[in-house]
Amino acid sequence: MTTANERWDLRLYTAGQSPKSLAALSNLKRICDEHLAGRYSIEVIDLMKNPRLAKDDEIVAIPTLVRKLPAPLRKVIGDLSNEERALVGLQLRPHK
Amino acid sequence: MGKPERPIAAAKSSAPSLRKARTGIDGLDQITEGGLPQGRPTLVCGGPGCGKTLLAMEFLIRGAMQFGEPGVFMTFEETGEELAQNVRSLGFDLDALVAQKKIALDHVRVEPAEIEENGEYDLEGLFLRLGYAIDSVGAKRVVLDTVEALFGGFTNEAILRAELRRLFRWLKDRGVTAVITGERGDQSYTRQGLEEYVSDCVILLDHRVNEQVSTRRLRIVKYRGSTHGTSEYPFLIDAKGISVLPVTSLPLDHEVSDERVSSGIPRLDAMLGGAGYYRGSSILVSGTAGTGKTTVAASFAHEAAKRGERCLVLAFEESPKQLVRNMRTVGLDLEPYLRKDLLRIHASRPTFHGLEMHLVQIHKIVTEFDPAAVIIDPVSNFSSSGSNADAGLMLLRLIDFLKSRGITALLTHLTSGGSAMEATDVGISSIIDTWLLLRDFERGGARERGLYVLKSRGMPHSNQVRPFLITSEGIRLEEGADAPAARTHNRPGGRKQA
Repeated sequence: MTTANERWDLRLYTAGQSPKSLAALSNLKRICDEHLAGRYSIEVIDLMKNPRLAKDDEIVAIPTLVRKLPAPLRKVIGDLSNEERALVGLQLRPHK
Repeated sequence: MGKPERPIAAAKSSAPSLRKARTGIDGLDQITEGGLPQGRPTLVCGGPGCGKTLLAMEFLIRGAMQFGEPGVFMTFEETGEELAQNVRSLGFDLDALVAQKKIALDHVRVEPAEIEENGEYDLEGLFLRLGYAIDSVGAKRVVLDTVEALFGGFTNEAILRAELRRLFRWLKDRGVTAVITGERGDQSYTRQGLEEYVSDCVILLDHRVNEQVSTRRLRIVKYRGSTHGTSEYPFLIDAKGISVLPVTSLPLDHEVSDERVSSGIPRLDAMLGGAGYYRGSSILVSGTAGTGKTTVAASFAHEAAKRGERCLVLAFEESPKQLVRNMRTVGLDLEPYLRKDLLRIHASRPTFHGLEMHLVQIHKIVTEFDPAAVIIDPVSNFSSSGSNADAGLMLLRLIDFLKSRGITALLTHLTSGGSAMEATDVGISSIIDTWLLLRDFERGGARERGLYVLKSRGMPHSNQVRPFLITSEGIRLEEGADAPAARTHNRPGGRKQA
């Protein structure tokens, strides 16, 4: 599914310090540390501060996680509370 | 259209507190009595291709151009480029308005295939985008077209509904006048029941095909806190955008003129109490084929233009050039007046558009050209593009409209062979003030034409059937023995025969 030295470029769109945004960020960090230790980066974009950036990745829902790399682009919306589904959504694990 | 119509004049007493944002769309401001509710959302719904996106866009563009209210167009379907292209055909330069920061466009693309849902989310991103767009131009107006598309992009309907409710409340809090479009549903006005959230004003658009003729109609389903026209109003989309035609039945209180205008045929004037038609009256010239209806009509047009009055000819059978050529042969040179723009000939076929479409067009031309006289040649053609009842109703509206503007209207009507001479199949005789009948008869082995005045309200008129010739100098009525005609007025079995 994922080769050992592939770079993971992730972007998390949030709106301020909302509970859902905070939950998504902590869930994401946990998943990444567990499965992608040392080869991922997370860029957090707060649309409260930079609303014009929402256009770039066609953001409607908050929070939205965008997998920029590896291609293809994937989006997962929600607070990522279901780790199993998050892994499938990011294609870290094959669809069962 | 069977609903009772409320005359607009009688409905003026609504609460003055409700402020309205003018749309600038022809006729729509009239039936909404001032525009859409200001600072509140309005739902515009209808089936595919009914014109809702265009109406929303025109509301926005006119707001920015005419009323100094910048706007945001958020589309969930078409791209900005597509939108700009669509409105360019209506003469609006959307790109320029965007460049001048009078309008902000945002195309929201939701691609379900690349989205996975996982846990709690909301649509704050949409709010922030919309807020950003509003702030970037200082928008007073907002269009969301078609927000229901979101339902295709997200699976959690409960979240969507809660968020839409929040969105419409948020729009109100921001104080923007919003138009939200929605696709017509089977059971409800919109597929997702948006009317539940947008309750201030709901406008329904409809596109119907009846006997192969399509007509667009608009109806205001609801307008909280305001009176409004309740009928279905035909509307049209043409090169200048949307025009809605208010079909208010005019109260019978239009100005009446005592002034008389010549028919262009001196002896006919003599038959009509010696002075011709009343200005602002309606005149019907009916007869079978080839009896000279168009010539009688053209004489009047020629005379009006000669006096320096503007005259509009709506020709449904002949092209302008053909009409000019034919009339030249009977001594009526219309060409110079066409050049001076005193005379305009608008030729079209009623079957080409629906009846209403036609009526809307005539309204537009009349309003723009502002003629003193209008000639419709012939009205019988209307019934070929709709049922007789529809055609009659439409003519009634048209004549009412012309009368309300003090325009003299001359209509010709082709009586088909076999049907009663004194009947019009469109049933308009009651609204006609002066009715001339043309007929042919045989005399001494020749076909001759005769004219008589069937009725002429408010004036003494001749009761004779007067033979006439169409000569190279126009219509020549045979000298009558009864001039001045007043003497034989209303006397059944008049004594003299011409």
